[in-house]
Amino acid sequence: MYTASDLKKGLRLKIDNEPYIITEFNFVKPGKGQALYRSKLKNMITGSQFERSFRSVDTFEPADLREKKMQYLYKEGDKYCFMDNESFEQIYLTEAQVGDSKNFLIDNIEAEILLFEDRPIGISLPNFVDLIVTEAEPWAKGDTVSGATKPVKVQTGYTIQVPTFVGEGEKIRIDTRTGDYLTRVKG
Amino acid sequence: MSSSQLDDNFLLARKTQALSLRAVLIQNIRQFFIQHHFLEIETPLRIPSPAPEEHIEAISSGDWFLQTSPELCMKRLLAAGYPRIFQISKCFRAAERGSKHLPEFTMLEWYVAQFDYSQLMEQCEAMLITALKDMGHTQDIIRQNNKINLASPWERISVADAFSKYAPTGLQEALHQDRFDEILVEYIEPRLGIDRPTFIYDYPAKLAALAKIKKSDPNVAERFELYIGGLELANGFSELTDAREQRQRFEEALEAHAAKNWASYAMPEKFLATLEHLPPCAGIALGIDRLAMILANADKIDDVVAFTPETL
Repeated sequence: MYTASDLKKGLRLKIDNEPYIITEFNFVKPGKGQALYRSKLKNMITGSQFERSFRSVDTFEPADLREKKMQYLYKEGDKYCFMDNESFEQIYLTEAQVGDSKNFLIDNIEAEILLFEDRPIGISLPNFVDLIVTEAEPWAKGDTVSGATKPVKVQTGYTIQVPTFVGEGEKIRIDTRTGDYLTRVKG
Repeated sequence: MSSSQLDDNFLLARKTQALSLRAVLIQNIRQFFIQHHFLEIETPLRIPSPAPEEHIEAISSGDWFLQTSPELCMKRLLAAGYPRIFQISKCFRAAERGSKHLPEFTMLEWYVAQFDYSQLMEQCEAMLITALKDMGHTQDIIRQNNKINLASPWERISVADAFSKYAPTGLQEALHQDRFDEILVEYIEPRLGIDRPTFIYDYPAKLAALAKIKKSDPNVAERFELYIGGLELANGFSELTDAREQRQRFEEALEAHAAKNWASYAMPEKFLATLEHLPPCAGIALGIDRLAMILANADKIDDVVAFTPETL
């Protein structure tokens, strides 16, 4: 059980049977008045946010959350299937739960699956993934303007801005947190 | 030198300007009171029974407590015939830590016999205008890109008017729903002292603390607060001199503490015994750290003290 004085940014709570994370927090108190714990909370499943001022008498249940390494297997309809490498148990995430990570999911990639009371609710990928460029306009020789970019498609179907010299069939490294191109990868 | 020592030194060195402003501020304040014939006094920080107030929790120190404010001892001096006294001292309050709160902070407190809260508002305004002028703020002060005009007279608005002007909920409704502080903090405080400093006055009688109830309107207490740039700086009132009523308010506060399982402190009997001799007077407490935040245009109280509990 947490009390109001335990509240801080990043703390994860269970409210109405759903996991929330505190995204903003401030202790406020008029000199002679009540202490108020102003918090902005984000639902870790739906992403919806709300603000509330808690009081010192309020108590909170911690959210039972943990992360587990799993391997991405395949997509079926709008479900993404992952496998627990230890128990070989398979779990499914919806497209909404996978979010932007879907742009970087290639077969057999290892991801951290976020579990709330053993139910999968989200995913976090390694910071960097290497993907193959599957569609790219050919590089017009002579186009040497440095810093110029062009859109290419990678094997997951994701379209990304890359330097003009990147060609079809090449492997590129992408930062999964920003979705940005980093460098070409040999091999 | 280890890298953590370097970090420490860097953080402290970065505070040079704020700490200098703070030091000059305290010197100027002291000068004002000495020039106006106040006696500077020192009262004990460690006391057997702090003033019981519903929402203020004292920190224990052995069998006694650290003062939450110097109020009781200062009023005993007033009752003994000291007409104009001031003190700059450390105060301690449990569980108060945030961007504008430290559990140990510096308070300026002063009392004037034969004054009421309106006269005290005027004196507070005059003191701050003088102290700030001596620090180069002859006309205004900038807070978060906003220019606050310091010219007298400062704004005065009653609590009831502030609720009707700024809050979605009226004062009576807020009190009834036990949401006074919540609405004050959310809707009203951010609007106070924005163009010029604001005194908000006539607090509901229920929130009187140690203030006198207004004769012409028993629903309110002769209590005020000063805000600059949305920041609460000072709380003052015409002092309650009725020992019976004061005892009753203390009893209610102690009951509220018990309900929250706070450490219980004894009724301040010596203070109550001298209260009958307290002349009509007014007193005010002003947060020095908060005022330094205004001067340094700092967002966090951490920026105007050398050390916070976390850095010790």
